[in-house]
Order: sequence, then structure tokens, then C-alpha cells
Amino acid sequence: MNRILAMAGKEFLHILRDRRSLAVALLMPLTMVLLYGAVIDMELRDLRVGVLDLDGGDRSRELLRAMTSSGFIVEAERLDGREAIEAGFRQGRLQAALVVPRGYGEDLARGGARVQVLVDGADASTAATVANYLQAVVALVNRDLLREAGLAAPFDVRTRVWFNPELVSARFVVPGLVALVLMMICALLTSIAITREKEAGTLEQILTTPVTPAQVIVGKVLPYVALGALDCAMVLLAGKWVFGVPMAGSWWLLAAYCLLFIVIALSLGLLISARSPSLRVAMMAALMVTMLPTMILSGFVFPIASMPGPLQVVCRLLPATHFLVVLRGIMLKGQAWFPVQTAALVVMAAVLLTLAIRSFRLRLE
Amino acid sequence: MSGEAAVFARGLTRRFGDFTAVESLDLEVAGGEIFGFLGANGAGKTTAIRMLCGLLPPSGGEARVAGCRVGRDTGALKRRIGYMSQRFSLYEDLTVLENLEFFGGVYGLGRAELAARADELLPRLGLDAERGRLTGSLPLGYKQRLSLGCALAHRPRVLFLDEPTGGVDPVARRGFWDLIYEQAADGVTVFVTTHYMDEAEYCGRVSIMVQGRVVALDTPSGLKARTGGVDMQDVFLRLVDA
Repeated sequence: MNRILAMAGKEFLHILRDRRSLAVALLMPLTMVLLYGAVIDMELRDLRVGVLDLDGGDRSRELLRAMTSSGFIVEAERLDGREAIEAGFRQGRLQAALVVPRGYGEDLARGGARVQVLVDGADASTAATVANYLQAVVALVNRDLLREAGLAAPFDVRTRVWFNPELVSARFVVPGLVALVLMMICALLTSIAITREKEAGTLEQILTTPVTPAQVIVGKVLPYVALGALDCAMVLLAGKWVFGVPMAGSWWLLAAYCLLFIVIALSLGLLISARSPSLRVAMMAALMVTMLPTMILSGFVFPIASMPGPLQVVCRLLPATHFLVVLRGIMLKGQAWFPVQTAALVVMAAVLLTLAIRSFRLRLE
Repeated sequence: MSGEAAVFARGLTRRFGDFTAVESLDLEVAGGEIFGFLGANGAGKTTAIRMLCGLLPPSGGEARVAGCRVGRDTGALKRRIGYMSQRFSLYEDLTVLENLEFFGGVYGLGRAELAARADELLPRLGLDAERGRLTGSLPLGYKQRLSLGCALAHRPRVLFLDEPTGGVDPVARRGFWDLIYEQAADGVTVFVTTHYMDEAEYCGRVSIMVQGRVVALDTPSGLKARTGGVDMQDVFLRLVDA
């Protein structure tokens, strides 16, 4: 016990002495919550849409009014020809354009009118949203027109969003940040801490003492568990206070899953440090293995369902993917039963921990 | 003598694949002796020391250090030895006292014991005034003495010093050897490697290793008589080139 405490105490001193890294470890998670919470907004506002009204009748004016009154479009620029659309796209003045063809009014009276929506596809995700949005507006106008004609629409879709009714992105993003922060602190920092000691020769010095490899690992890792837990709490509280991210389920359950995920992250960190010949390699490996997949493939920002099949399989193999399902379930829905995810996480933790300890021992003994 | 030898090796061998780094090493070092373990770079000194410290399992032969069988009683062995490497292996972002307390701590010393040991060691090492200084800001000679202190924190019976004076000025080297003599006078066995042949003269006995084998083992004066060398430098060159 003395030995583990000596290891842990020394590691705490390393963390405290390295002010800059400490500042990064504490401020980066907070900054990420504030940035991601505010920036990753799935909604589009301030759309700049061009309008080419070749009809110019009352009916077309109604359509345009319906479109601009929604509040999402700041600026509906009137265009005077098709060339203006392309010019607008090229100059980046417009993101989309609506073309009302000549004869729209008469076609509407007969039934079978058409309008054209043109979207600048250079920014694919914005383009998709804009197209969806404009189609929704057109559908709305359609419904009103039918009602006016005394006809009921054959069917009417009413969407209600549960658990996050306003689709606030922070509610979606904050659980993902918890995973990201735990990976960063527990995997990245531990692998750096161990590799640095290997490079400095101090690890070999420690090995000439009667400390066992298990004591080295536990003592070295404990301070990072504490730091990870602290960061985790900061992210959750910032999410709650600044963005009103709810906590529908049990804090204890959340803590338990966080701990499970910490074990996984630490094992990854150990594995990386055991396999890396140098600090530089360890850092790159940790970034590649932990941060990138967690950001891109875990469903943190990009939905897994829209990824190609083989990539989805990769996603399922990532601990963060399952951890995120659990976190969002607990926080947003108050869910308490995750058989598939729990099994996946427990198996991953067991496998990674075994591998990590084995390769670390091999390295040390 | 073999019963109470502080360091004893018989046929100790270490192979890495086809390469034999240490071939059938025979040694007996008495308690309180200062034993010089010389050899050119790559002669196998470090491999031999790593085996004797329990860091590397031998491929053959047997060895006992401080009464513990190498490769068997590794835990007890590690408690009874101190090891100081040529890299001084200290934590630069920790203070002098913190380094000493850490290494004492991993040897299992408690708080009170650590404090008492630090009060005793730091003045002896001439580091009492520096106890609160960050190790990274110390001159090399100070780091060297601190590194020795860390290896001594738990009062080892056998002290392994792997090129402990590399890069240090002659005055600091002389001071360091005074510390080594003090330890030997207290009954600590000192097993030291060095490239400085003037230092070899300070040892009770020296062995010279060439390509994994010990080619000579005697007192410095005995070796000079046998080879006809005028000093240890001369002896070393004659034996290594032979």
C-alpha cells in the first residue's frame, strides 16, 4: 500500500508541476462543452435564399410570403434571371434558390404546378438541410392550398420529438463530450505519462525496486482516474447549468458506467504505452486509436445509421459507441436497462484490460 | 567464502537469440568490498548487472546476491540491493527531497522512516541546502549524488553502480568516490562499472570483460604485475586488444 501511495503521490506531483498540461486538462473539457454546445447546432438559421419569380402572379407571391415568414430565411433576394442564381452560388451570396416558373398560377388552378429548388451543394450538410427545409415549406403551402379548396389532405404528418423536443444540440453533444474527455484524460494522458517515464529511464529505475508491475500500474493510473472523474463532472455540470442538459436518470448509474468506460480507456492507454517505442509514437497512436474514432465514428456528431455498412461494423466495435447510447439513455430518457451495451462494454473492458496487463508485464519483466 | 559472498556467480550466462551477451560469468565479491567491473562498451557489463539486479532472467548458470538466488527470490533480492544507472534516472520536475522520498516510498518505507532517512542522507551527500530545489535545476554533480542517495534510501546491502560518474568533472568524481568509500566502510558491497581507469585504481579488485567473458580478475596491483602495464589504462588496453 505504501508503494502504491508513493507512486500515486509522485504522479500527482507531476500533474501539479506541469501547469500548462494541467490547465489544458481542466480547461479543454470546459471549452469543448461551451464550443460544441453552441456551435454544433443542427438547425440552420439565417439562410440566404434567392427567389426567381417568373410568374409574378398573386399565387406565386403567396408562396414566397409563406416561405419568408418562417423566420429562418433572413434574406430572400429577388433575382432577375437564371444567370443570377449561378452567380449567387459562385460568390457565396446564396445557399439556395427557388424558381417559380411562368404559368405557375394557372397550373395551380388546374392542378399540377411545379416549382424548382436549387441548392449549392459545396457544403453538403448545409445543402441537405436547406433542401429538406424548402421542401417542407412547399409541402406546408400545398396543405393550405388544399384546405382552401375545401379538400382535406389525404394524410397529415405531425412530428413530435420526445426527450429533446427543441432538438437542442447540447443535449445530444454533452454525453458525447463525456466519452471524449474520458478517452482524452485516461487513455492519452496515461499513455504519455508511462511512455515518458520509459524514455527517461526512470521506469527501469523503479523496476530495480521491489514494486510489482501491478503496483506501478495502479499507482500511476489512480491520479488520472481522479482527473478524468473531475473533468467528467465538470462537463456534466456545465452542460446542465449552461445548456440545461437534463439528468433524467440516476447519477449513480451514470457514475458506474463512467467507471466502466474509464477502465476501458485506461487499458487502451496502457496498451499503447506498452507497444510504443517512443513518446511521439505513443501520442500519435493515442490520438488515432482513441480521440479520432470517438469523435467521428461513435455517433458523437455523425449518425451511425447514415454510414456505409462496413463502417457501421467498425462503429459497433468502438467502446464509445455503446457508452454513448448508455449516456444518452440515462441522461435524456432516464433509461436504466441496457443489456446489449452493458454486455459489449464489459466484454471490451475485460479483453482490453487482460491484453494491457499482459503486454505491460511482458515489457516490464 | 562462497557461503557469505555478497555477490556470487557461477557460469552465469545470457543469450539473446544467437548472440551470447554474457558467457559463463564466475564472480565472488565479499561484503564491504569495492569491486570494479570493467570492460569496453558492448562487452556485456550492463547485461550482467541487469541479471544480478533481477531485471533480466539468466539463460544459464546460477547467481546469488545478498543471499538471494537470482531469478528465484527476486522480491527479497530487490529489497536488499540499490541500483544507480548512468542516466541518473531522477524526476526533474520533483524536488531533491521528493525524489528521495519517492524512491524510499517504493521500497516500502513509511513517512517517519523516510523523514529520518532524508535528514541523515542529505547532509552526508552535501544536498541538505538543496532539499527544496527542483532536480532539473541542479548541476550534474548534484544530480549524481542525489541519484546515489535514492539508491541508498532503503539501506541496501549491495550497491550496483552502472557508470555512475559519466559526464561529471574530476572534482565531483573524487567527491563521489569519497561517498562510495563511506558506504563500503559501513559494510555495503559496491559493485561498480566505469570507463575511467583512474577510478579503477580505487577499487579493491577489478574484473575486465571482453566480448561477454571475464578475461582478468585481480587487484589493480596484481593486474599491473601480471600484464606489465604501468597503470590501469595500460592494463586495460593490453587485455582488451589481446
